[in-house]
Amino acid sequence: MTLNELRGAVAVAGVGHAGLGQATGFTEMEILVQAAQRAVAGLTMRDIDGICTASVAAPMWAMPVIEHLGIRPTFIDSTMLGGSSFVAHLMPALHALASGQCNAVLVCYGSTQRTSTLSRAEVGRVRKQFDPQPYESPYDPLNPLSSYALAAARHMHQYGTRREDLARVALAANQWAQLNPEAQLREPATLDQILSARMVSDPLSVRDCCLVTDGAGAYVLVRADRARDLPRPPVYVLGNATAVWNRQISSMEDLTVTAASESGRRAFAMAGLAPKDIDVVELYDAFTINTLLFLEDLGFCAKGESKEFIADGAIAPGGRLPVNTNGGGLCCVHPGMYGVFIMIEAVRQLRGECGERQVSDAQLALVHGNGGTLSSQSTAILGTQATL
Amino acid sequence: MTAPDQTDGVSQGVEAQYRQALDDGRFLIQRCGGCDRAVFYPRMICPHCGADKLCFTAPDGRGTVYSTTVVRRKPEAGGDYNVALIDLQEGVRLMSRVDGVAPDAVRIGMGVRAQVIQQDGRGLVVFVPNKEAA
Repeated sequence: MTLNELRGAVAVAGVGHAGLGQATGFTEMEILVQAAQRAVAGLTMRDIDGICTASVAAPMWAMPVIEHLGIRPTFIDSTMLGGSSFVAHLMPALHALASGQCNAVLVCYGSTQRTSTLSRAEVGRVRKQFDPQPYESPYDPLNPLSSYALAAARHMHQYGTRREDLARVALAANQWAQLNPEAQLREPATLDQILSARMVSDPLSVRDCCLVTDGAGAYVLVRADRARDLPRPPVYVLGNATAVWNRQISSMEDLTVTAASESGRRAFAMAGLAPKDIDVVELYDAFTINTLLFLEDLGFCAKGESKEFIADGAIAPGGRLPVNTNGGGLCCVHPGMYGVFIMIEAVRQLRGECGERQVSDAQLALVHGNGGTLSSQSTAILGTQATL
Repeated sequence: MTAPDQTDGVSQGVEAQYRQALDDGRFLIQRCGGCDRAVFYPRMICPHCGADKLCFTAPDGRGTVYSTTVVRRKPEAGGDYNVALIDLQEGVRLMSRVDGVAPDAVRIGMGVRAQVIQQDGRGLVVFVPNKEAA
């Protein structure tokens, strides 16, 4: 089956989330299962015969999830590419559904990073043993933050991008969050307040960084013919592609060009669409520089021109390209890995159920997941029935 | 127990060889016998052409700051410090830091040269501003 034949062959039948913010008293498995139960609406957990999941900490995570859900999946994918995983899970799920290997795939994730008793320092110590990076760790980069800071510094040097431009990304996220009752950081901020925030790893301050929250998210994929009989309007998967060029920031050839330039091109080719067709964009904004890099790499503007592109509030509410309409990882939610939440927000926008933050007549959404230190990139293009 | 595979009569992997040299005060990179390109960090095969003909070689030591950041840290925890990416003349990049100037005085494009120091009992390659550079 060719990629073009997979265009629109599978739809998101349901989405769900749980434990956003602080899930005090709950384990990450418990909030994951809550989110999963909400996502299977119209089906039952007995109908789920495919699963995609990954965990920051547990390398065999699919097994306890299968066990807890009580399912017997014929398709299992636990590929771990960091935060982009839950966008990257789309393609293997598309193949498994289209071939008839399975009929309903649950993609799910949960983390109680915020309320966890394990400190970041402890996690860092364990990671040095299990997942060593001996050519970077002796210099103590505050990772992942310092890697993104290095990319931001290079972008500023090469293209004249300023801290004000990064702050505008944070400001837009803050403005979207004010329209989203589920967002965690909704208190209005001014550009000056954002610019005077505490510096963490130059040129990135705390306001350039995503939140650290709890949260779980899930979505269910079925073949298109089946989706039409379910209670919620189906949202079709029109394109998906994943690209990885490196793991470490020091191994990245050009810090101003990410593998999103490849994943985006391939996803658009599969969907037969171009950036100008897209109504709403959900990008993985772990840091403000991500939004600028991905707008460029995905073709919404030329390389180096994102600062001009966003200058007049283009990505904020009311702008010409709505970006990160839930408030993003910067202001809505970011439980360790955020990828599943950009899928959920795109689906909700295309179903028209986003209340005050709803983008009018949204038919086509682009979702872009990022993982590691600008290491893994996965782009998805979703559309309503009208876009098939 | 099976004896380890001793490729070309070498009894340890490239990471251990690199570490050993660094602990002895020598900073090494690799060069590929297949495509003649420089490689860092040490690999078993060339990431450019796939050949398994990588040999260690001493770089010239001069380089340029490709990007830089200052990690902010409370004074009582040791204060701010620099983390930088350095492009060596040979065409490879590595993470390091620039010593000998304030962490926030490190500039992209600055000429630097490598120095092997001892830190926590191990060799570590850092860079200092290259006085000869313009």
